[in-house]
Amino acid sequence: MIEVQNLTKRYGPVTAIRDVSFSVAPGQIVGFLGPNGAGKSTTMRILACFMPATSGSARVAGYDVFRESMEVRRRIGYLPENVPLYTDMRVAPYLEFVAEVKGVPRGQRKARVAEVMERCLIGDVQNRLIGKLSKGYRQRVGLAQAIVSDPHVLVLDEPTIGLDPRQIAEIRTLIRSLAGEHTVILSTHILPEVSMVCSGVVIINKGAIVAQGPIDRLVEEFFPTARLEVEIAGPRPAVHDAMRAIPGVVAVAERDGAGAPGRYVVESARGRDVRGEIFQLAAQQKWMLLELRQVGMTLEEVFMRIVAGEETAADGAAGVDVPEAAEADA
Amino acid sequence: MRIWPIYKKELRLYFTSPVAYIVLTMFLLIGGYFFYSIFAFFTRASMQIAMNPAGARDLNVTDGVLRPLFQNLSVILLLLMPLVTMRLFAEERRSGTIELLLTYPVRDGAVLLGKYLAALTLYALMIAFTLAYPAILVYFARVEGGPLLTGYLGLLLMGAMFLAVGVFASSLTENQIVAAIVTFGILLMFWVIGWTSEFAGQPLGAILAHLSLLEHNENFSKGVIDTRDVIYYLNFTALGLFFTLRSLEARRWSG
Repeated sequence: MIEVQNLTKRYGPVTAIRDVSFSVAPGQIVGFLGPNGAGKSTTMRILACFMPATSGSARVAGYDVFRESMEVRRRIGYLPENVPLYTDMRVAPYLEFVAEVKGVPRGQRKARVAEVMERCLIGDVQNRLIGKLSKGYRQRVGLAQAIVSDPHVLVLDEPTIGLDPRQIAEIRTLIRSLAGEHTVILSTHILPEVSMVCSGVVIINKGAIVAQGPIDRLVEEFFPTARLEVEIAGPRPAVHDAMRAIPGVVAVAERDGAGAPGRYVVESARGRDVRGEIFQLAAQQKWMLLELRQVGMTLEEVFMRIVAGEETAADGAAGVDVPEAAEADA
Repeated sequence: MRIWPIYKKELRLYFTSPVAYIVLTMFLLIGGYFFYSIFAFFTRASMQIAMNPAGARDLNVTDGVLRPLFQNLSVILLLLMPLVTMRLFAEERRSGTIELLLTYPVRDGAVLLGKYLAALTLYALMIAFTLAYPAILVYFARVEGGPLLTGYLGLLLMGAMFLAVGVFASSLTENQIVAAIVTFGILLMFWVIGWTSEFAGQPLGAILAHLSLLEHNENFSKGVIDTRDVIYYLNFTALGLFFTLRSLEARRWSG
């Protein structure tokens, strides 16, 4: 539904994104991740036909965003980062305006607006001035204007930023409910959000894509081993060596130095569960097993590893464009 | 071209904010004052001439009331029109709404025309209210219809041009004040540009005279429709709108 190929955008001497390629299948919700200034907004603005790329191509719903811009715009709903709305307009007339501009036929407009307001839980403020609404309501009005024409594709730039936890949960539920009939790409730097809402991720850092795919696969790719946290009271070197000797265990690391009960992190090949063996071992040796816990590898750790890894790599290479300024002023 | 929804939205915004009301009020207040003073002056002049009929052939309503009235109205417009257009794009840019507006399935040209026509509608309303002055005049004196019509045609064409310049200035900045000042500056420059034509020598003098806003408005208030004047205003308007379109496009490329 969304295909991006070798997209590059330069603002004068500053390269905001470089050779970005990714694709999103129909009906999917994909999270677009990256630290601030990584080029998320730039990419989304290009997808939404707000500005053209310097080079490369992007297709949305089968149409080129530059050459067939009108066709793309008819099929896309866009929510920019800071949710720009006409503060002097009231909610319902505003949504009717958007519906009309987006070409919702006259006969269906009222019904469509009512439906969207109900879906975004803004029916109770429909006669209020947008400028007087709270941040949470504005965000939902922004989302409502994006989906009012029932577009195939939704491009949402940080849809939950600046909301309180309850509102975040509501927006997430709403976005999740859009999956299937809509293809959604949403940017964020809140990682748990992605695991909760999205089926796949695209991670961008310093203007370049550094990883993409389903979340589970990424986690496996970056953390090929499963981890256990073990606390055993027993002679340290002996415990260490005994655990290391269990088939399938790749590494055993000691935690927190010389404290009496030893804590260990045991890494084993993925799919190989060694908890039973560790228990058996402790029982045989009469060591006291105090804790045995699986450590789930999260997207957050993948992200930190990628971004931190990039950072160290970039520090080594001289003359790397830093695109931070670009996004801030654009 | 989906001009209509944009047009409706802009017109609604004019009338839900105080802008339209303030501009209308000020315009009619000052316009009315000018009309009163011109009319009063004319009345006194005709009384005096009643004593000395020799001068009567130079005295008529067209020259004595309508011409100065149209000229004075133009001056008020010069001051007020920048305020009508300053918001159009500058505010969209400042609040970021332009990002949504320009990603809706409408062409930039339709957005521009919708906004421009909304401003033109407000302007038409402004000068429609001034029809009260000739209506009062008709009650007291015989008014020539021709010069009245051409006078209003001139006013309409000149206003269209003012608005085009204003829309262009508004597309250049995200600061409404800057947009207003730039509009005012451009208009004032073209207002006074003809003043030096006599000293500038030829052919520069002729060019300056042709560029002058004022020069082209003169004929209309005399009752003359010269295609040169019509084309001057229409050209200027088209150029302003064209530049606006380019400016919108340039902003896209530079983000």
